[in-house]
Amino acid sequence: MEKFDKLTGIAAPLDIINVDTDMIIPKQFLKTIQRSGLGKNLFDEMRYTPEGDEIADFVLNQPAYRAAQILVAGDNFGCGSSREHAPWALLDFGISCVIAPSFADIFYNNCFKNGILPIVLPQEDVDKLMDDSKRGANATVSIDLESQTIKGPDGGEISFEVDAFRKQCLLEGLDDIGLTLQKAAAIDDYEARLDAQAWR
Amino acid sequence: MTGTTLYDKIWDAHLVAADADGNSLLYIDRHLVHEVTSPQAFEGLRMAGRSPRAPHKTLAVADHNIPTTNRAGGLAAIDDPESKLQIETLENNCAEFGIDYLPMDDIRQGIVHVAGPEQGFTLPGLTIVCGDSHTSTHGAFGALAHGIGTSEVEHVLATQTLIQGKAKNFRINVVGDAPAHVTAKDIALAIIGEIGTAGGTGYVLEYAGEAIEALSMEGRMTLCNMSIEAGARAGLVAPDAKTFEFLKDRPRAPKGADWEAAVAYWQTLKSDEGAVFDKEITINAADLPPLVTWGTSPQDVIAVDGHVPDPSAIADEGRRKATERALDYMGLSAGTPMQEVAIDRVFIGSCTNSRIEDLRAAAAIAKTGKVAASVNAMVVPGSGLVKQQAEEEGLDKIFIAAGFDWREPGCSMCLAMNADKLAPGERCASTSNRNFEGRQGRGGRTHLVSPEMAAAAALAGHFVDIRDLKAEG
Ligand code: SF4
Repeated sequence: MEKFDKLTGIAAPLDIINVDTDMIIPKQFLKTIQRSGLGKNLFDEMRYTPEGDEIADFVLNQPAYRAAQILVAGDNFGCGSSREHAPWALLDFGISCVIAPSFADIFYNNCFKNGILPIVLPQEDVDKLMDDSKRGANATVSIDLESQTIKGPDGGEISFEVDAFRKQCLLEGLDDIGLTLQKAAAIDDYEARLDAQAWR
Repeated sequence: MTGTTLYDKIWDAHLVAADADGNSLLYIDRHLVHEVTSPQAFEGLRMAGRSPRAPHKTLAVADHNIPTTNRAGGLAAIDDPESKLQIETLENNCAEFGIDYLPMDDIRQGIVHVAGPEQGFTLPGLTIVCGDSHTSTHGAFGALAHGIGTSEVEHVLATQTLIQGKAKNFRINVVGDAPAHVTAKDIALAIIGEIGTAGGTGYVLEYAGEAIEALSMEGRMTLCNMSIEAGARAGLVAPDAKTFEFLKDRPRAPKGADWEAAVAYWQTLKSDEGAVFDKEITINAADLPPLVTWGTSPQDVIAVDGHVPDPSAIADEGRRKATERALDYMGLSAGTPMQEVAIDRVFIGSCTNSRIEDLRAAAAIAKTGKVAASVNAMVVPGSGLVKQQAEEEGLDKIFIAAGFDWREPGCSMCLAMNADKLAPGERCASTSNRNFEGRQGRGGRTHLVSPEMAAAAALAGHFVDIRDLKAEG
C-alpha cells in the first residue's frame, strides 16, 4: 500500500449528499479481475453520455479539476454496495483524499486499506472548503496527516480527527494482514478454545 | 448490574485480541465468497505466498453476473466474455485454494445470501462476513453478519479474523400486529424512512417486538437484509424456536449431540433485560401501510395511497436539492398520486425477496389476472432449491400463465450486471433493495416494493393498493 503523509493538490467540489458507490463506479466496471485501470470510469454515468462523450459541466471534466487529488462532498459519502472498486477508481484517477461531513461505514474502512484518507469534518468546515474548492485551479488545499491539519487556499487551518491506528498504517503504508499475522499465537489460542463448540 | 445486548455477547465471544485504541481482532466463523469482490483478494494471497487459514470455513458461489437464461450450456455458453472470465476465475481460485464451491449447474447454486442459510452454513451466534453489503441478511438468525471490502476478504482468508472497531447498540422495537399485506419489506422500508439512510451508521441494529417475533425466517431475512440501507453494518434478530426449526437437518447444521449443545447455547443469545442501548426507537406495525419508494434513495418512501412529495415544501436546502434531483431523475412531478404512476417492468427477485414465501405471495396475486400488455415482468428465484420448491408447488405455471418470465437463480436485475437490465427511462416495480440512480440499468427508474405489490403492479400496469385487491390463497 502507498503511504499517505502530506498532500497538496486541487480540491474538486461534488456538492451532492448520499453519493453512493454505484455512482462512483457503476457495476458494468466490476467485471474486472484487477485493481487498476478503473480511473477512466470513475463517476462514469455522471461523467460521460451514453455515447461515451464527456459531459462538459461535470466537475471532473472541467479544465480546472481534471487533475484534482482531493474531493469535497456532501453527507453520507460512499453509501451502498461494499465494492472496493470505488476507492480503487478514486485512486486510479488520482484522488487520495475525500472530505465530507460523514461517510458510509464500509467505504470509510475501505479507504484506509488503499492509502486513501477520508476526512470527516463538521458541516460548516465542509461548506467552507466547498466554497474554496469552487474557485477552481486556484483552490489548492494542503493536508498534513501527521499534524492532522488542512490548510485552505486563503491560509486558514482546520484540524481533523483520525483513529490513531489507522493513521499509523497510512503514514507507514502498513499492510493489515502482515500486522495481524504477528498475532498468530492469539489466533491459535482462540481456535484451540473452539474445540468446545464443535458445531462452530 | 446492567445487562448486555445480543451484539455485545456475540462480540465478546469472538474477541481474539483487543488493542488499547479500540480496534479489536475478531474471529470470523464463516466466510461467503462470490465472483465479483474476490478475484483481487485471491490474487493478493498468491502474490504474498499466503494460503487460506481455514478453507472449510469459506463457501463460494457465483451469483452476481451469472446469466438467468440459457444455463444448460454451462460456463462455455456465457455470452459476456468478462462475466465468463470472472466466474471461471472464481472456480479456479476455489480449486487452487481448496474452498467449497457451489457450481453453476448445482441445484444449491443461488444468491449467496439465500444459499448460505439454506445450507445451514449460517447459524446463530456466529460471525459471518462476505464481500457484499447485504451480508446483513444473515443477522436474521442471530448471527453477527456484515459486508466487507476486498482487502478484508483477503484478510479473512489469510487470518480467519477481521480488524474491527466496536459499533454501538440500536434497538428497533416493532410492536403491534402488522395488518394484512403489510410485509417484512414494508416494515424495513418504514424503518429506513423513519431513521434515514445514515440513521444506523456506526450501529448494529437489533430488531425486537411482537411484529418481529411474528415474522417467518424469510421475513426476518428480508428485514435484516435492508439494515445496510439504513446505514447499519448489521442487523440482528434474537434466535428462537422458528430459527431452530428452520435450521434443523440442513446439510451444514450440527447433528445429534452437537445440535443439542448448539441449541442450548443459542437459547442464551438474547439481550438481557435491562441491557442498555445507545439508541432505541419504537414503531407500531399496526399503523403501517404498504409502501413504495418514489425517489433514488431507499429512505424516499411513501404509502401506496400517497402522493409524490413536493420539494418546495422542504425547508432544508440539501434535502430539497436532493429531492428535486431525484424527482427529475425519476420523471415524476410533485403531487401525482402514486397509484397513477405507470410502470414498464417488474422484477421479483434479489436477496431481499426471492425466497419461497416471497414467490408464494407474488403467485397468489399473479393467479388473479394477466400481466398488463405494457409491462414486461420477470421472476428470478433466489436459488436452485427455491426454484425447485416453487416448481413442485406449481408456482412457475401460475407465473408463466399470467405472463411472467420464469428465470434461473441469480442476482439478475437487482444490480443489472448481467443481461437483465432496464433501458433508459424505463420504470420498474422491484422487490430488490436499492433504487439508486442507474442501479438497474443506466437511466432506469426503480421503485422498491414488496413481492405482492410488485405482482399487483404487473397486472394493473401501475401501482395499486394491494389492500383493495382480493388475492386467491
Ligand atoms: S441480489 Fe442484489 S443486493 Fe443481493 S447480493 Fe445480489 S446484487 Fe447484491
